[in-house]
Amino acid sequence: MGLALMLLIWLITLVSTYFFVAKTWWLPAGASAATGFIDQQFTFTFIILGIVFVAAQGLLGYIVWRYRQTPKSPPVSYSHGNTTLEIAWTTLTAILFIGLNLMGSRVWASQRFEPAESGAVQVEATGMQFAWYFRYPGPDGTYAKTKASLMDPSAGGEAAVGLDTSDPSAKDDVVTGTMYLPVNREVDLSLRSVDVIHDLFVPAMRFKQDAVPGLNIHMHFKPTQIGEYEIACAELCGLGHYKMHGMVHVVRQEDFDKWLAAREAEKQ
Amino acid sequence: MATPATVHSHAPQGFIRKYIFSLDHKVIGLQYYFLALTAVFVGMFLSLLMRIHMIWPTANIPLVGEIKPETYLALLTMHGTIMVFFVLTTAPQGGFGNYVLPIQIGAPDMAFPVLNMLSFWTTFVGFIVILCAFFVQGGAPLHGWTGYPPLSAVPSAGPGEALGADLWITAIAIFCVASLMGALNFITTTLDLRAKGMTLMRMPLTVWSWFITAILGLLAFGVLLSAGILLLMDRNLGTSFYVPLVVINGQVMGHRGGSPLLWQHLFWFFGHPEVYIAILPGMGVASQILSTFSRKPIFGYRAMVYAMLAIGFFGFMVWGHHMFMSGMSPYSAFAFSILTMCIGVPSAIKTFNWLGTMWKGHIRFDSPMLYAIGFVSLFVSGGLSGPFLAQPVLDIPLHDTYFVVGHFHLIMGVAAIFGIFAATHYWFPKMFGRMMNEPLARIHFFITLAGTYAIFMPMHYLGMAGQTRRYSQFTEVAYQSKLLPLQTFMTYAAFVTIGAQFIFVINLFWSMFKGPKASDNPWDASTLEWTTATPPPHDNFGGKTPVVNNGPYEYGVPGAAKDFVMQTDPPTQPVH
Repeated sequence: MGLALMLLIWLITLVSTYFFVAKTWWLPAGASAATGFIDQQFTFTFIILGIVFVAAQGLLGYIVWRYRQTPKSPPVSYSHGNTTLEIAWTTLTAILFIGLNLMGSRVWASQRFEPAESGAVQVEATGMQFAWYFRYPGPDGTYAKTKASLMDPSAGGEAAVGLDTSDPSAKDDVVTGTMYLPVNREVDLSLRSVDVIHDLFVPAMRFKQDAVPGLNIHMHFKPTQIGEYEIACAELCGLGHYKMHGMVHVVRQEDFDKWLAAREAEKQ
Repeated sequence: MATPATVHSHAPQGFIRKYIFSLDHKVIGLQYYFLALTAVFVGMFLSLLMRIHMIWPTANIPLVGEIKPETYLALLTMHGTIMVFFVLTTAPQGGFGNYVLPIQIGAPDMAFPVLNMLSFWTTFVGFIVILCAFFVQGGAPLHGWTGYPPLSAVPSAGPGEALGADLWITAIAIFCVASLMGALNFITTTLDLRAKGMTLMRMPLTVWSWFITAILGLLAFGVLLSAGILLLMDRNLGTSFYVPLVVINGQVMGHRGGSPLLWQHLFWFFGHPEVYIAILPGMGVASQILSTFSRKPIFGYRAMVYAMLAIGFFGFMVWGHHMFMSGMSPYSAFAFSILTMCIGVPSAIKTFNWLGTMWKGHIRFDSPMLYAIGFVSLFVSGGLSGPFLAQPVLDIPLHDTYFVVGHFHLIMGVAAIFGIFAATHYWFPKMFGRMMNEPLARIHFFITLAGTYAIFMPMHYLGMAGQTRRYSQFTEVAYQSKLLPLQTFMTYAAFVTIGAQFIFVINLFWSMFKGPKASDNPWDASTLEWTTATPPPHDNFGGKTPVVNNGPYEYGVPGAAKDFVMQTDPPTQPVH
């Protein structure tokens, strides 16, 4: 029985670890400035805890086999513990866990405590059951007012976010269903929701943030690679949660300018 | 020594007073246990439907029909709620705690037998109310077990958010009331009804775990009860505690100025301690069994007690780690994150001490021991994904993905369930006077251990790859549809594992009536429940009151006549 149990525990450990180490499934390829930091911290945490995992499970399997009761077992060691050992592993674990935490905190701070770089492109993302809309303030750099009474999700676009067209700064506001971003330029993103909580999750950008009704949450990130990236909603928002899908197109600055100019032209 | 109310010093006569509205903690414990057993099969059936729907969305399931996306969400809401409240809180604490705690401290019953009965029947009403949510107009709610408003607060926000959601939150409120009564009873009993000589530091670790769990319950369920009442008011009385100005389906709702984050703070202030309410009794049971079946004293008894106290204490200060992505102040994430990492330390101490207990022991592989070893393995696996999620920066890719689902299922789901399996096999002889069937138990153990790993370990891979949770289909997002083969594998693993649970149930009921007769102390264990008759008489010790002379885990004492010394035996040499 001890042998069977040891083999099962070891097999589970081996198979589990294999798929982690082989990276059969892993974080998707990143395309933002934060990717390096986050993936590095992830890998480091993974290595440390992976060693602890293999050691603990390996030892557990070994002990149940090694100390199984047999007619020849020597008498048990009658011991109530060992204070030195207790202090040693408490200290080690504390250093390990708190150290890991402090390392990661630096990245969190640089992302969240500072405002976006000057010259960042302004985008407002609005979530609603079950779509995302993205608004660009246009040349005047000002988002026009929106009104709850004007919101009509079934109409889509400007009407969905309730754009108040009587506001003069609404003239150059562009509302789209796909997020266009220039590469290598920071995005100053405002996140809003009109109905329930949604979450803008762009795995390739290592970006995730809830959009909460009643709050306007400012975030910033910097795409570093041209491409098309998927958005998934990561907060349960109702029956269509699974299909609240969107796209981020990261393009060259000049393509972005052309795209935005074309949207402005369409609007006039 | 204090005694509980004399109202039932004589064994009750008549079926109803004896088995239905019983005041005997042992009967009430079994009532809790069988309620949880019913609930776990309901919850497991729901998860089976979910797993089928994810892989074969148009499958026509017998008796159920085709599952729609909103039905999938209703299933996951009810699965989570039923499992967390009516299984993981009910069986370890209400079931085993009720049955065993008074006997292990040498008391004739709980301190408040009537309150104990009320507490069970209130829980029972809560369970009936939550089941009703399936059968009302619109069905069960789809907002998940965490019920974040505004989704959970506005009836028009989705199917099931009307009457179904009212029943859901009412059932939870009823459960809170029941748990508060239970917690009060456990705390008073532990503090006031211990036998002579049963000092705090001679209490079995199971008693410590139920005692600490009760304290957590007393502090946590009151908060959830209040939060739930506010949610009911938002839903039905037009208040705006949680709901700001929102537009649902193009309609401007009447709410103004509420905060969706307020619910999250209140919910997780309950919700995180709840994790420990589910797992602490399992830790106690694992400690008890590992020591008994290694024939060695528990390694570091005091460290184990302090570790549980530390886990309980820190458990109240870490709720914000569920909210790193919520829009909460990013500065507070630092505090919550550091405190969360701190909680890993006592958890690690417990693991070291369990290994230390088995080290150089004489391990006997009776079925309770198998499940206890399984518990340790699952606790390690589920625990080690914690320090990923506790780092806000790593929570960015991992929050609300399957990584989280894998993490909490391993540690508070399956590990806690293994604690329940271990406890069932360990105390079954005492409860029913018969032994369970060992070969069946072994088959069940091996399939369940391998099966649960096969279901829940791949969830970590899915989560790293960005698979979001609570999706009824993965076909709408291209990168997620690529992960479907792994989901399919997990569904097959779930079929096997769920099938194996019938082995357990068959063993349970067959052994209850046909198992070989058990002696008073079949495991050669040392705590008080093994000093009394099997099953114990109405007042537990047949009119006698035990006197405690020894610690709870005196195994392999050099020079002793047997390889264990009962707590009631004459004192052994003082040990250091």
